Amino acid sequence: MTTTQPGTQHQLVVEMRDITKKFPGVIANEDVTLEVRRGEIHALLGENGAGKSTLMSVLCGLYQPDGGSLHLALHQDELHQIVLRSPRHAIHAGIGMVYQHFKLIPTFSVAENVLLGAEDTPTVLDLKQAGARIKEIGERFGLPVNPEAKVWQLSVGEQQRVEILKQLYRGASLLILDEPTAVLTPQESDALGETMHSLAASGVSIVFISHKLDEVIAYADRVTVLRDGKTAATVDVVDVTKADLARLMVGRDVLFSVEKADADLGADALVLDHVTALGDRSVTAVNDISLTVRGGEILGIAGVAGNGQKELVEVMTGLRTPTAGSITVRGNDLTGKSAIDFIRGGVAHVPADRLGQGLAGNLPLTDNVILKSFRSEPISRRSFLNKKAIHELSTRLIAAFNVLPGNPDAPASGLSGGNQQKLILAREIDATDRLAVGDEPAVLVAVYPTRGLDVGAIEIVRDALLNQRAIGAAVVMVSEDLDELRTLSDRIAVLHGGEVMGIVDPKTTSKDDLGLLMAGERLS
Amino acid sequence: MTFPWKFELERRLEVSRWVSWGVPTVSVLVAFFFGGIILSLAGAPPIETYRAMAAGAFGSISEWVDGNFFAVTETLVRATPLIFTGLAVAMAFRMLFWNIGTEGQLVMGAIAGTWVAIYLPDLLPWLPQTRWVYIPIGIIAATIAGATWAFIPAIMKVKLGVDEIISTLMFNYIAILLYQQLYTGPWKDPEGFGFPGSALFPEFTWFPKFSEMPVLNVLGGRIHLGFVLAVLVAGVLWVIMDKTRRGYEVRLLGENTNAAKYAGISVVRNVLFVMILSGGVAGMAGLSEVAGLGHRLQAGLDVGNGFTGIIVAWLAKLRPWSVVIVAILMAALFVGGDQLQISLGLPASISGVLQGAILISVLSGDVFTRYRLKVTRIGVVAPAVGEEA
Repeated sequence: MTTTQPGTQHQLVVEMRDITKKFPGVIANEDVTLEVRRGEIHALLGENGAGKSTLMSVLCGLYQPDGGSLHLALHQDELHQIVLRSPRHAIHAGIGMVYQHFKLIPTFSVAENVLLGAEDTPTVLDLKQAGARIKEIGERFGLPVNPEAKVWQLSVGEQQRVEILKQLYRGASLLILDEPTAVLTPQESDALGETMHSLAASGVSIVFISHKLDEVIAYADRVTVLRDGKTAATVDVVDVTKADLARLMVGRDVLFSVEKADADLGADALVLDHVTALGDRSVTAVNDISLTVRGGEILGIAGVAGNGQKELVEVMTGLRTPTAGSITVRGNDLTGKSAIDFIRGGVAHVPADRLGQGLAGNLPLTDNVILKSFRSEPISRRSFLNKKAIHELSTRLIAAFNVLPGNPDAPASGLSGGNQQKLILAREIDATDRLAVGDEPAVLVAVYPTRGLDVGAIEIVRDALLNQRAIGAAVVMVSEDLDELRTLSDRIAVLHGGEVMGIVDPKTTSKDDLGLLMAGERLS
Repeated sequence: MTFPWKFELERRLEVSRWVSWGVPTVSVLVAFFFGGIILSLAGAPPIETYRAMAAGAFGSISEWVDGNFFAVTETLVRATPLIFTGLAVAMAFRMLFWNIGTEGQLVMGAIAGTWVAIYLPDLLPWLPQTRWVYIPIGIIAATIAGATWAFIPAIMKVKLGVDEIISTLMFNYIAILLYQQLYTGPWKDPEGFGFPGSALFPEFTWFPKFSEMPVLNVLGGRIHLGFVLAVLVAGVLWVIMDKTRRGYEVRLLGENTNAAKYAGISVVRNVLFVMILSGGVAGMAGLSEVAGLGHRLQAGLDVGNGFTGIIVAWLAKLRPWSVVIVAILMAALFVGGDQLQISLGLPASISGVLQGAILISVLSGDVFTRYRLKVTRIGVVAPAVGEEA
C-alpha cells in the first residue's frame, strides 16, 4: 500500500465525472462532477435532498451510478477509471466512509472495534499488536486514543476519532465524513477541524459533507456546492463569503439577520421554583433551578450538551417528575403532574429527537398531526376518531407550513428532516393556538429546533418561533448555536452541571462571556 | 472473471395493491412447486395430491351442487380457534407486547366455560336453563378467565419489568397442567367408565350448530356459533383499532413508545387494556372448542392453536380482517393435509412438510413486498489508465 504520496499540490486523487444516479421517481444526481486533490479538505455543501449522500454512496461503492465515470489515484500516481462493485471494493481502493451514526459496538474496546471487519485480521486476535499499530497510526495522524478503552466510555468526539482510525487502519487515504459535526459540541467540532487539518497535512484527502456554512468556511480548503442534484459550483473557500455560498446552495439570497420587534411582555407563563430533578442514572441532573418565562418573550437556554438541558426540558413538559421545587404553568401548579396534564395545561413541545420522539415514522402524516389533539373535539368525539376532521386538520397544517411532499396518508419517515420539523412545528403551534385563551399565553418549548436543517428550513423555523413570540406565547428555546440564541432570544439562561450559571441579556453579553458561563464560571 | 451481475434489493417507495396480493400468491405457488418435488420423491403424484388436498379442504363442485358442504364447514370449524388466537396475538403484537401465552389463555377459557356448564346450574338452580342465559354467561366467564391469565403477566411486566415472553410462555404450562389435572382428576366424569374427561355439558350450554339455525342450516356439518362469534370479534377489534382513540393510542405505542409518552399516553393503562382484550379473546377460543364441539373438557385442547395463532397473526400483518382470511387458509391446509392420509394413504408428515414449505415461502417472500429486486450488469474494470470504458 502506498501511503503519503508527496505529489504536486494540485494532484487529483478522485474525479467523479458526470455522475447520474436515478431512483424511482427522482433523479438524485444529474451530471455531477467532483474533483478532490491530494491532501485537501473538500467540503460537499448542499441542502437536505440536494444529492450529497447519494453522490458519496456512489463514491463508497454502495450505489452503482446510472451514468458517468469514476477515476481514482489513491494507490497510484495517475488517475485511472474504476468501477466500484461494493463497499468492500471501495475500501480496497482506499476509500473510507465515516457515517454520521457510528458503526461501533459499545461493549467492545477500541482495538476490537477497529479490527472488526478489517481484512487482514487473523483468526486468532493479537490485540496487543493491533493496539500498538492503532496507537502508532493515531500518533502519526494526530488522533490520540487508548486502544484498550471500551467504546461506551468514550465521548462522542472520541468515538468519532475511533471511526476515523478504523478507516485509516484499513488503509484509507480518502476519508468521507458524513455530516461529522451534527453530533458534536462546538468544542468537539473545533477539535475535529484540527484533526482534519493534521490528516490533510499528512496527505489524506477528506471529503466532508455539510450543510452548515460556518463550518465549511472554517474547516474546508475547497467546496463543491450541490443544488437539486446538480453541481452548482466548485470554489476555493478563501474566494467566497458565507452569503455567496448560501446563494449557491439555495439559489437565491438568504438573510442572516433577523428582524425582531421589542418584546411585549405578558403574564408569567411558566415558573420553575427551586426545581431539582434526577437524570436517568439517578444522579442530580437539574439542580435547584428557578426560572420565569413570560408571554411574548423567547428565553434561550444555552449550554454544552449534557449539562441538564434534556432533563430540564422533560421537567418543563411533564415527562420527568422533579424531586424538589414546584412548576407553575399559566397560574396552575403542575408539580408532579404527568405529561398529559402539561399538554392540557398549555405546554407545547418541539422535541430534540424528531423521529425518535416527535413523530411515529411508520404512521401516516395524519396520525402524526393529531398526536396532541386526538383527545379533543372535533378530532374525536366520545371515544371515536373523526376521520374527516383529521383529514381537514392535516391538509390545513400541511398547507400552512408547506410540508413536502404533502400527501397526508404517506408515512412521516418519508419526509426530509426539515419537513419533519415543519410538521412538528405545525402541530405544536396549532396546539398553542388552541390553548392561548385571552391573556393567558401558551408555552412553547423548542429543543434544538434548527439542528440538522438546511438554510431554507431554518428560516421557516425561526420565523415561526418569532411569530409565536409576537402573538404573546412564552417560548423556551434550547440551542447549541450561540449565534442563533443571540439573535432570537430576549434573555439567555446558561446551564452548566444542571445549574443556571446566569441569565443574561444577549444584547449586552459577548459570545466569550457566554462561553465562560457555559464552561461553569460565573460572571462577576 | 468476476460475476457480471449484481443483485440488489431496492426499497419500494409504495406498496401497490397488486404487489401486496401478488407476492404472497407467487410465494404459495413457489411453495407448491417445491412441495411437488418432495411429493414426487415420496412417490405421490403432485397434481393429484394437490387436487385431493383442495377437495379435502373445500369439497368439489359436484358436492356443492348436491348440497354437501362438509369439507368447507370442517375447514371453518378448524379455523375458528385460529381466528380467535390469531386476533388475540395480533392485538398484543400491535403494541409490541409479545403475548406467547394464548395457548394457556385458551385453556383457561375452556376451564371457565366447563365450570359454568357443569357446576353453575347446581349452584344457581333458579337461573333459567336456556341457551339465551347460559351461552352469554359462558362467554363472559371464559373471557374473564383468559383475560386474567393474560393480566397477571401484563401487570408483572409493567410493575416489575418481568419479560412477558418468558412469563406468558410459562403461564401456558401452568394452565395446561391445571387443565390436565382437572379432566383426569377432580372434574372427571363419575359416569365416564374411567375415561379421562369431564361430564358431558348440559345441552343448554352448547353452542348451537349451523344446522340448527335458519338460513345457515344449508351448510350443515359441525360448524357452530363459535365461528360467527370469531368473525364478530374480528369486526369489533377492527373498529377498536381503526376507529377509536384507544386504538390510536395502541397503534402509536406500538410504533414509537417515546412519541406516545410525549403525547401523554399512558403505557401502563394501554398494556393492561390490550392484554385483557387479548387474553379475553383467546379465552373465547377455548370456550368455543368445548361448548361448540366436544361438549366436555377432555384431551385435545392443547394442540397448539395458541402458537399457530402467532403464525396466523404474523402472516395477516396483524390486521383483524386478514386474520380471519389467513386462519381459514391455514385451516384449509390442515384439513386438506389430513385428507392426504385418508384418501391417498400418504404419511401424515407429508402435510406437515407442505405446511412448512408454504409458511417459509410466504414469510420469506414478504421481503419482496417491501423490496424489489434490481439486477444490474457490472462493467468490467477498465485495465488501461485513463481510458473510457
